[in-house]
Amino acid sequence: MTADAANLTGAAPEPAGMPRAPVLRVEGLKAYYRTRHFGVEREVKAVDGVSFEVRDNEIYGLAGESSSGKSTLLKAIAAAMRPPLQVVGGTVRLRFLGGKSIHAATPAELAALRWRKLSYIMQGSMSALNPVRRVRRSFEDFAARHLGGTGGGFEARVIEHLGRVALDKSVLEAYPHELSGGMRQRVTIALATICRPDLVIADEPTTALDVVVQKDTLDMLRAVARQTRASLLLVTHDLGVHAYLTDRLGIMYGGRLVEEAATERLFQAPYHPYSKHLIASLPVIGAEAPKVTLPGAPPNLAAPPPGCRFHPRCPLAMERCRRETPQMLEVAPQHRVACFAVGGPA
Amino acid sequence: MAPLLELDGVSKTFGGLLRRRRVAAVRDVSFTLAGTRPEVVTLLGQSGSGKTTLARMILGLERPTSGRLCVEGEDIARLRHGRARRRLLRLVQPIFQNPFEAFNPLTQVDHYLVLTARRFGGAGDRTQAEALTDTALRQVGLSLAEVARRYPHELSGGQLQRLAIARALLAKPKLIVADEPVSMVDASLRMAIVNLFKTLRGELGISIVYITHDLATAYVVSDRIMVMRAGEVVESGDARQVLIAPQHAYSRELKGAVLVPRFTAPDGDRVTAIPEH
Repeated sequence: MTADAANLTGAAPEPAGMPRAPVLRVEGLKAYYRTRHFGVEREVKAVDGVSFEVRDNEIYGLAGESSSGKSTLLKAIAAAMRPPLQVVGGTVRLRFLGGKSIHAATPAELAALRWRKLSYIMQGSMSALNPVRRVRRSFEDFAARHLGGTGGGFEARVIEHLGRVALDKSVLEAYPHELSGGMRQRVTIALATICRPDLVIADEPTTALDVVVQKDTLDMLRAVARQTRASLLLVTHDLGVHAYLTDRLGIMYGGRLVEEAATERLFQAPYHPYSKHLIASLPVIGAEAPKVTLPGAPPNLAAPPPGCRFHPRCPLAMERCRRETPQMLEVAPQHRVACFAVGGPA
Repeated sequence: MAPLLELDGVSKTFGGLLRRRRVAAVRDVSFTLAGTRPEVVTLLGQSGSGKTTLARMILGLERPTSGRLCVEGEDIARLRHGRARRRLLRLVQPIFQNPFEAFNPLTQVDHYLVLTARRFGGAGDRTQAEALTDTALRQVGLSLAEVARRYPHELSGGQLQRLAIARALLAKPKLIVADEPVSMVDASLRMAIVNLFKTLRGELGISIVYITHDLATAYVVSDRIMVMRAGEVVESGDARQVLIAPQHAYSRELKGAVLVPRFTAPDGDRVTAIPEH
C-alpha cells in the first residue's frame, strides 16, 4: 500500500505489543420489537440477553434457524435499528469507540465509524446496488463521503481493491443488472472492505448464491478479511458455511446464545442438545442420511416459554428447565454452554 | 404401458425474431422415467443451467421449442385444451422454491387445502374434503388441527413447504416436480423435507424430479442424477456413483465446490474419505 493510500484510509497506527480489548464486546444485549396498536402493546423479545466478544483477526460465526434473532442481533450491534426495534438493555462496546457503547454514540460519531471502522453487509445486499447507476458511480458516491473524494489515487485504489475480490476493472462501467449475483455480491464485499474497517458484519452473505459461486465468495471474504486485518462477524443458518469458514461459533436459539466454542471443537464435541441436533442434521456426501427428529417448532418470541426456551423440544428437559433460565457457563476452556442438563454443576 | 415421463430431444430457446440474442436454455435433453418402479431423479446444476426451464416444461408451463415431452405416452404440448390435458397435468404436481410466495397471504391455509381436495381430490362434500386434507397433512407430518385457521405468515418455511407437498398429494399425482424445494428452508429443517421425499417414493409410490444445486441433499435423496450445464446434460447415472466418483470434468468441479470443514469431523474422516464402489 502506498503512503497516499494509507492516508486515504485514515487508519491511525495502532500501538503494538500491548494486549488489546476485543474488537467487539457485547454484554447482556436485549433488543425487542415493541408495537402498540389500538392500545394493545406487543413485545417481541428477539434478542434477550446475549453476551459474546469478537477478537482481532478472527472470523466469528453465529448460527441458528429463522426467528432465532440472528439478524436482529446484528442490527443492534451495528446500531442500525429502526422502529419498532429498540435496544432495551445491555451494551455493545467497539474498541475503536474507546469502550463506549455504540448506542451511546452521537450521530456524528456513528457516521464517522460506519464503513471506515465497521461495515455491515446486509442480508440480500447484492440487491442493494443502485440499479440505475454504474458500479463506478456507487464507488464514487461512497468515496465522496468515506474516502475523502475521488481525487488522488482513488481510481487506482478501487481497481486494486476490486482485484482482491477477483473482479476486473470493467465492472466499474457495468450496471448492476449486467452482473451475475456472485459478481454483485463481490462488489458489495469490495465496497464494505475498501476502507479497511476493523470489523465487518455479514448477514447471510452467500445464501442466495449457488454452490460454486458460494465457495468462491466465501474464499474471497476470508482472503479480504485476512489481508485487510479485519475481524469478521458472519451470520448464516448454514452450518456447512460455518464449518468451512469460521474460527469460533455461537449457536443461537430463541433470541439467546446457547453454546459457543471454537468451531472445530463445537462440531466435534457439542454439549447443548440443540447444537447436537443442528450438527447431526448436516447431510454429507458419502455418509448415511442423517435421521433428524426434533419435534415442535421454534418458540414464538412474543410469548416465549418460561425458563430455557428450548425446553418444549428438548429430549433432556427437566423440571428445572421449565422454571429457570440457564446461564452461559464455561464447561471447558473457551467453551460456554447454557444448559442445566449438560452444563455440569451450576 | 407407456412410461410415466419421456423426454426425447427436448430443447427450449428463448428470444429470437426481434431480440438480438437467442438463448438456448435447454438443449437436446432425453430421459425416461418408467414409473413402474418409483424413483427420485435429481437435476443438478448451477444457476442458469436450464434446470428450472426443464421443470417448467415437464409441468406444462412452457412448450418445448423442439423435441417431444410425453406424460403417459401423450405429448402434453399437443394437448392444448380439454379434459385429457387436465388429467395429465394433475398427474404431475409442482413444488416451488419459495414457500412464502406459494400461498396466498390472505387465505387461511386449511381453507386452501380443503378447496384443493374438493376440486382435484374428488371429495364430494366438505366432511370428505376435510378427511382427505387431514390424511394428506398426516402424510407430511402435520395435521389439520395444527394448521386450521392459520395464515401463511404464522408458519415457518419448513411447515409451509410441507403444506405445499400436502397440497400436491391431494391431487393424487404420480410425479412431483420439486424445484429447489429446500433452498429457502432453514438448513436444520432441510433434511426433514428431503427425507419426506424418500417416504413419498417408498410408501406412496410417487416418482420425484428433484431440482437442486445442493450436492449433499442430492446424495441423500436421489436414485439417479443428471448433471446439467448450460442447458445440456453432461453426466447422468446412479446417484452414488455420480457423486462419489464423478466422471465429467464439470461434475468434478461441482463436487469440488462442496464446502468441506477445515477439520476432521468426529466419526473419523467422514467428509473427505470416499467409500470405494
